[in-house]
Amino acid sequence: MSILVNKNTRVVVQGITGKEGSFHATQCKAYGTKVVAGVTPGKAGQEVEGIPVFNTVADAVKKTECDTSLIFVPPPFCADAILEAAEAGIKLVICITEGIPVNDMVKVKRALRGRDVRLIGPNCPGVITVDEAKIGIMPGFIHKKGIVGVVSRSGTLTYEAVHQLSTLGLGETTCVGIGGDPVNGTGFVDVLPLFEKDSETQAIVMIGEIGGDAEEKAAEFIKKNVKKPVISFIAGITAPPGRRMGHAGAIISGGKGTAAEKMKSLEAAGVKVVKNPAEIGAAVKKALGR
Amino acid sequence: MNVHEFQAKSLFAQFGVPVPRGKEITSPDAATTWANELNTPVFVVKAQIHAGGRGKAGGVKITKEKAAVAGLAKELIGKTLVTHQTGPKGRQVHRLLMEEGANIAKELYLSILVDRDTGWPTFIASTEGGMEIEEVAAHTPEKIIKEAIDPAVGFQGHNGRNVAFALGLQNIEPAVINPFVKMLDNLYRLFMEKNAALIEINPLIITKEKTLVALDGKVSFDDNGLFKHEDVQKMRDLNEEEPLEIEAAANNLNYVKLDGNIGCMVNGAGLAMATMDVIKLAGSEPANFLDVGGGATKETVAAGFRILLSDPNVKGIFINIFGGIVRCERIAHGVIEAAKEVKITVPLVVRLQGTNADEGRKLLAESGLKLEVADDLWEAAQKIVRLTGKAA
Repeated sequence: MSILVNKNTRVVVQGITGKEGSFHATQCKAYGTKVVAGVTPGKAGQEVEGIPVFNTVADAVKKTECDTSLIFVPPPFCADAILEAAEAGIKLVICITEGIPVNDMVKVKRALRGRDVRLIGPNCPGVITVDEAKIGIMPGFIHKKGIVGVVSRSGTLTYEAVHQLSTLGLGETTCVGIGGDPVNGTGFVDVLPLFEKDSETQAIVMIGEIGGDAEEKAAEFIKKNVKKPVISFIAGITAPPGRRMGHAGAIISGGKGTAAEKMKSLEAAGVKVVKNPAEIGAAVKKALGR
Repeated sequence: MNVHEFQAKSLFAQFGVPVPRGKEITSPDAATTWANELNTPVFVVKAQIHAGGRGKAGGVKITKEKAAVAGLAKELIGKTLVTHQTGPKGRQVHRLLMEEGANIAKELYLSILVDRDTGWPTFIASTEGGMEIEEVAAHTPEKIIKEAIDPAVGFQGHNGRNVAFALGLQNIEPAVINPFVKMLDNLYRLFMEKNAALIEINPLIITKEKTLVALDGKVSFDDNGLFKHEDVQKMRDLNEEEPLEIEAAANNLNYVKLDGNIGCMVNGAGLAMATMDVIKLAGSEPANFLDVGGGATKETVAAGFRILLSDPNVKGIFINIFGGIVRCERIAHGVIEAAKEVKITVPLVVRLQGTNADEGRKLLAESGLKLEVADDLWEAAQKIVRLTGKAA
């Protein structure tokens, strides 16, 4: 078992003929992911590393029965791309693109409400189920099949945590990057119950950062619903208020969204919060009594 | 991106939100000319800087004497204002907003932003106008009114009426209820059409003449939406930004200056924050946040070095790269090449992990550069702190 994606997931890459799109489509395919289609309007009939390109997502769905989309479309056209995927019947949309206007995402999120589709991201590294499907831009080789589920707002910081888990021999089940934007498709509270239910996942690593209150909401959820050990790191204890730290959503505003506040809520919910990002793996090992 | 009050008010006027008659002024002569044209019983001269608390810092002057405005303008232009938002160094005033005074009967608070929890644009209003809204929220949360707008259909009249009646406008001044609803409609349009991140009117006043006026105005824009709006891009005032941050942005680097003395260069925003945190844990303070992004090259690393080294507080540099798609040996080459171009005068610790990390570390070790190589994050942080001496 795993969550969200597995070896049967059939992927369409939107923006496949672009520089990023073609590179990562190739990488995902090389990992073993079933990348069955690509979409670039006006380029139907072409191929990228043997992957057929279609003009529309609807065509790709009809011809290849793809069920999951991976998006590399540039920010001005991304809202359109997400909605096109949803309209075409794609069930899981993973959007890597960084820099989508917030108000575009406001409209997209509203339009997806009540529909049978899940959006992951935007501005995220994607989702990987180890040894089954890599649908994103993360380096596949740092992952080892194992027992820890990872959910994170960050990219490279997730790789750091994964590296520690792999090195310590714990390994991962699925790693989900939910992205660093203020309005995103999937939150911690959406991913946590999936890990709680997943039989292979024995512990959960949750990586948060300053800004918003997704971690506080997660703490409430964990307290009530999660029995598995949760280990958390929150980035930005040294971040000053009022300044955006790279990610569009990483900002302390009006005294809200500080790392200290988030750590406090999580600790109160029984989460093991590590202050040192170099000790995430060791803390998981300890929590599992290994 | 933030803009000045006079720019915010010009947008308000464009969208039918009532503002006092006013104009941007950059010289005492211009102040006199505009005062003659304004011809009003009370003149208000306001320093334009991107920070709140201007009134308390002496940045807002009021006079009934037309002849006095030139003197007030002269006093304010060039003055450095220190407010609770500028930091101790303060901000120099380059421009003023000069406008007519108003007869205030009641002050309200009004703002709109995206509620991150729901993902819906949300108005926040309060009868406690003129106060810091965070203070009101902390001490009297019952006085905060929230109204979320469904982005599928946009602003509806009932959204405005909900806020108006919750504020008690029917008791304060019923004549402003309809104009108030219209104002919220207009603000919502401005917010969505111009990709604003925050619009705040504090205070929004009801005048003795029973009209509504946005007496102050603050607008900040979503940087990701700027590409859609040339008019907004033109409002950028580089005087209000940190020069190093402007240079970084020109090199596609994401840099935020801080007060510590260990400069850091990292790939990825989350890891960059975590690197700052680990420096503090090791006993020192980070000098900056710097994300070189996914495609760190010789050029970006060199630009990063130049920016870090032009901060006189920097006593050591910590490069932390987790190679994913970016290969570590490429980064190592970048560091070696950049170090030839930029003279590095402070201790340097490079931590490489991930794709081809061993190869990268070997290249650095053999480069003859004066630097320390590390593979573990905690070990690297302790090294750079030891090399620079602990923070006082």
